Amino acid sequence: MSRAEAMKPRGFGQTQRRDLWWVEPLAILLGLSGYIVYATWAAFQGQFYHWGPYLSPFYSPEIFGDSPHSWFGPKPAWWPAWLLFSPAFLILWAPGGFRFTCYYYRGSYYKAFWADPPGCAVGEPRKSYWGERSFPLIIQNIHRYFLYVAVIFIFFLAIDVWKALWFTDVQTGVTSFGIGVGTLVLALNVIMLGGYTFGCHSMRHFSGGGKDQLSKATFGLKGYNCVSCLNRNHMRWAWGSLFWVAFTDVYVRLVAMGIWTDWRIF
Amino acid sequence: MSSATFQLWRGSGADGKYTTYTTDYQEGMVVLDVIHKIQAEQAPNLAVRWNCKAGKCGSCSAEINGKPRLMCMTRMNEIPVESPVTIEPMRAFPWIRDLVTDVSWNYRVKKQIKKFKPRPPDNPDGTWSMSQEDVDRVQEFRKCIECFLCQDVCHVLREHNLHEEFVGPRFFVYVAALEMHPLDTENRLEELVTAKGIGYCNITKCCTKVCPENITITDNAIIPLKERVVDEYYDPLKRLFRMFRSK
Ligand code: SF4
Ligand code: SF4
Ligand code: FES
Ligand code: FES
Repeated sequence: MSRAEAMKPRGFGQTQRRDLWWVEPLAILLGLSGYIVYATWAAFQGQFYHWGPYLSPFYSPEIFGDSPHSWFGPKPAWWPAWLLFSPAFLILWAPGGFRFTCYYYRGSYYKAFWADPPGCAVGEPRKSYWGERSFPLIIQNIHRYFLYVAVIFIFFLAIDVWKALWFTDVQTGVTSFGIGVGTLVLALNVIMLGGYTFGCHSMRHFSGGGKDQLSKATFGLKGYNCVSCLNRNHMRWAWGSLFWVAFTDVYVRLVAMGIWTDWRIF
Repeated sequence: MSSATFQLWRGSGADGKYTTYTTDYQEGMVVLDVIHKIQAEQAPNLAVRWNCKAGKCGSCSAEINGKPRLMCMTRMNEIPVESPVTIEPMRAFPWIRDLVTDVSWNYRVKKQIKKFKPRPPDNPDGTWSMSQEDVDRVQEFRKCIECFLCQDVCHVLREHNLHEEFVGPRFFVYVAALEMHPLDTENRLEELVTAKGIGYCNITKCCTKVCPENITITDNAIIPLKERVVDEYYDPLKRLFRMFRSK
């Protein structure tokens, strides 16, 4: 559409806005970058990811690995010798992909990392634009498949909480019921991730949003409303669960390293 | 009485520049009042579009200190006046004069959207029956006052000028109201992908932030439509399933 020269789009970062519009994208840029650095570091460690009945969520489910949580025993023989191994490598693609393709994160990292736009009503650095219409971003439409996997992961993480209720005495070898601070940390992690996962936009679509008659919603109208309720705060669940997953890993790691002591509440 | 300085975008055609006006205002005045005061006392030829002064006609859209807003719903005490307040026309549409832009592109776009097509009447007297909970969802979309502030802020139109390929958030709200209507039988998903360009939206939610009717445009209209489009075009399992079912 023809627009007068005087009204042509502004240059990168130019705007008449007076508020601190750059604070939010900057915080997202720093928050997500910091997270990626920590998660990568933690995944590469391959040790201190379990202690007693606790297992770090970065390493769960542990398909192959050295801890008692491992499903199929230690690192498989077919794993190439030159390739670094960590049980986290086998599974982190799933939560990573889930978050990468999440509608909320997409909208925020397009702004923070790609300046598309840097802020609302703020000039952009590039003229060309494809959006999510063609390759590569059209792939984002795969999000629902990551959701399926994420729901299964919630199930495994819940099993980890159950396991974190049974402590084995090192001296006697007797296993008894107990609750440690770590149990609560792990439990809160499942709640946070559950709030995030079940409030997913694709979940909302399945639960009934895809139907024109909500009274015939797949999970019933109540189910749809429940998902919508979580969905309204999807951003908060996204950040809350992101932080708590990392904290859970930090907790298990520091306890395993002997730096923190796990308090037994019960 | 307080006083404030305004920089109004003035001119027409290829000539536009900020012109400075200083004026008094009283407590409780909205930006549109101040504009009218400037028009009455200092700039009788200032072009400004308005109608209801009640936030319901959607005529007085402008950019106040760089933010798309309704002039009649922005109180003076909501904006900082320490430095001159800039007021400009919406940037996503052809400019006519001073604060007025030509928004007729929006009306043309609306005409191209497939109309409401209800199923045959449920009752012998030609009426339909539906439950309240089924129509509740589309009520939100019907609050739209067509101020086009969401269109103005959307970077696909504002920055990338893709008016020919992308209908903008206002019309995704409109399509959502029709598509999610319990009686409607029309299918608009194909045109959403092709002519309406829903894939251009990168869900950055600027439209939701500026909507004076607080319509949750991105989360309640655009993303659910994107999910329906995925069902139809991008979900391999769904496609496979449909292939077998149609055999
Ligand atoms: S969410 Fe989509 S439609 Fe709304 S402003 Fe952003 S790109 Fe435009
Ligand atoms: S959706 Fe909101 S911002 Fe967009 S035209 Fe309607 S009322 Fe205005
Ligand atoms: S939309 Fe955020 S997890 Fe699916
Ligand atoms: S004059 Fe009608 S919305 Fe402002």
